[in-house]
Amino acid sequence: MIPRHLLIAVAVLGIMALGMSLYVWSIRGTVVRTDASTPNTQPVARPAAGPSEQVTLYVAYDEGGTLRPQAARIPLPSGRQERAEELLRALVDIYLSKSSPHVLGAGSEIRGVYLADPGLAVIDLNAAFANGHRSGVLVEELTLSSLVATLSANIPAITRVKILVDGKERDTLAGHVDLTAFYDVSRMNQLVNQLSAEP
Amino acid sequence: MKRSYRSRSPRILGRLIALASVLVFSGSSPQKQLSVYSKAANYSVMVAEHNGMDYVGLLELLEPLGTVNARANGDHWKFRYNEVEAEFVAGQTRTRVRGGELNMPANFVLENGRGLVPISSLITLLPQILGGSITLNLSGRRLFVGDVAIHFTAAVGKGDPPKLVMNFGNPVNPMIATEPGKLQLVFTHDAVVSPGSQTLTFDNKAIPSATFEESNGTAILQVTTTVPAMASFSNDGRTITVTPASTPVLPAHAPSPIPPFAPPTVAPPAAASSAAGTPVRRHVFAVIDAAHGGDERGAALTGQLQEKDVTLAFARRLRELFGLRGISALLARDGDLTLSLDQRAAMSNASGAAIYIAVHATSEGNGVRLYTALMPSGGGNQGWFLDWETAQSSFDGLSQIAATSVAKGLESKQVSVRTLIAPLRPLNNVVTAAFAIEIGPTGDDVSQLSSAEYQEKLAEAVVSGVEDVRDQLEARRK
Repeated sequence: MIPRHLLIAVAVLGIMALGMSLYVWSIRGTVVRTDASTPNTQPVARPAAGPSEQVTLYVAYDEGGTLRPQAARIPLPSGRQERAEELLRALVDIYLSKSSPHVLGAGSEIRGVYLADPGLAVIDLNAAFANGHRSGVLVEELTLSSLVATLSANIPAITRVKILVDGKERDTLAGHVDLTAFYDVSRMNQLVNQLSAEP
Repeated sequence: MKRSYRSRSPRILGRLIALASVLVFSGSSPQKQLSVYSKAANYSVMVAEHNGMDYVGLLELLEPLGTVNARANGDHWKFRYNEVEAEFVAGQTRTRVRGGELNMPANFVLENGRGLVPISSLITLLPQILGGSITLNLSGRRLFVGDVAIHFTAAVGKGDPPKLVMNFGNPVNPMIATEPGKLQLVFTHDAVVSPGSQTLTFDNKAIPSATFEESNGTAILQVTTTVPAMASFSNDGRTITVTPASTPVLPAHAPSPIPPFAPPTVAPPAAASSAAGTPVRRHVFAVIDAAHGGDERGAALTGQLQEKDVTLAFARRLRELFGLRGISALLARDGDLTLSLDQRAAMSNASGAAIYIAVHATSEGNGVRLYTALMPSGGGNQGWFLDWETAQSSFDGLSQIAATSVAKGLESKQVSVRTLIAPLRPLNNVVTAAFAIEIGPTGDDVSQLSSAEYQEKLAEAVVSGVEDVRDQLEARRK
């Protein structure tokens, strides 16, 4: 004879299985079908990876050809490298906004920032950033100095900067400013000081 | 372990050559090296000394030529190159290659698992290992694997000015240095061999002779001159022509060979000769470089107006105005030509000019901007050789003086002007006072950039500004 408690357990399991089947049947119609052949190209919102912090962005202004320090609060992650990337992305966001003081080409992005010892920061721009950049000595050096000054002002111990485009070395940003060299932050600061002064 | 050395970019090769040359010519005693020339690769390996004899590591020596591996077992060192096996014993001269015995002139050295053989033993070892002939220049430490030697001829033509034309069997890429009385071509990765005699004499007063010397893995061809001279490449690097520096030909100080190029022109200086007919200034005073050109159009200033066209027009105007003031000026390009930045710097450096002026144009901003070099992070100078990236360093002050003077000239004509530093090549590669001028419209009318009147106004101010500091620029050149 089958023990009574086993019969009860089997009955409970049977009821649960039936209940779950009914539940699955009921939510079947709510599944959203996605078509893998058409990938979503909408920009993904940047995750708020940390608490907001006050930083100084060096923003280029085409009007007057100047560089101005500007306080901003942006969410920053804890990692040094990730912080560097978020800083520059915040800067590029300003340049891509409707009221941009220094217009960059559509699709301009910071692909990554790599911090290497000792004191070297490698900024990797995407191809759209360079290909869509306006050509001219001043307009190009405003962009370069803006990136370098923003990075060095907020990430300590960066002494040299190198710019890559799509992970590769490129001769110039848009026909003028040299991207083949490594730049000392101290020398770049001389340019930043010149550009910060009103012409 | 097999590695290909064939696909290195010319730029990297050029820098390697420059680096090797720096080592050769630096004041400190250079590291001994053995240069190897073969159909597969040209390269150098370091030489070590043991008991007063020169040794090389067999693995490093043959690695670029084939598949190599080695295994040390006590005093025994087994070596394999492709399908050829050899066995060496530390402290012994006797060795086995392809199953046969050979005697080396000095003992085999095993050092931290690395097998070293005397360089002099390569004459007998390598033909057995490689299965082909080699030529070893022991005193020059140059090893030729197979028939790879590059022969050359040298002759001075009877024309005026005299030209020393050297024709090589294959393209060459020497490092070239000049100093008073001589022009030196250093071949580190070119298998150039002696033309038969170590000394070549020419029946010419300006270029009387040349000597050929091989030492420490390099071949050095030193041309003696009684006038400042410069070299130019042609025929895809197979011909090098040495001419007096006053002759406007493309120089050859760039890290890579320079392709054939339409000769630039020198403005006839209206007052460049004294009453006795002796030139007052032997060299070109100014090199004017119209930025961009050819395939590289620069900024699109308007739908029809390209930066390269505006810069050329303005550069020509500058040349004309310099000429009217008796100042000789050379255009880096006098047509729609594609020139690399290295070529532009090389031209200026070899011309001995007192000032280099790069011309740019923009549709943005208001008036004119003057730029001096923002020096990149550089490695410093070595011996005779300046670091290419920061060659401008010692002229930075003079460049600032020239730019400031030109700014004053522009301000005196009520032109808005701004002076900045910029990471703008080739300013940092130029070894004389150097600045770039970026001309912009005074308002929204970009077509003003091509206006003769506007260009004339700016050009006059630039020439006046340069002329005001001419003595300082000349003093530094001397």
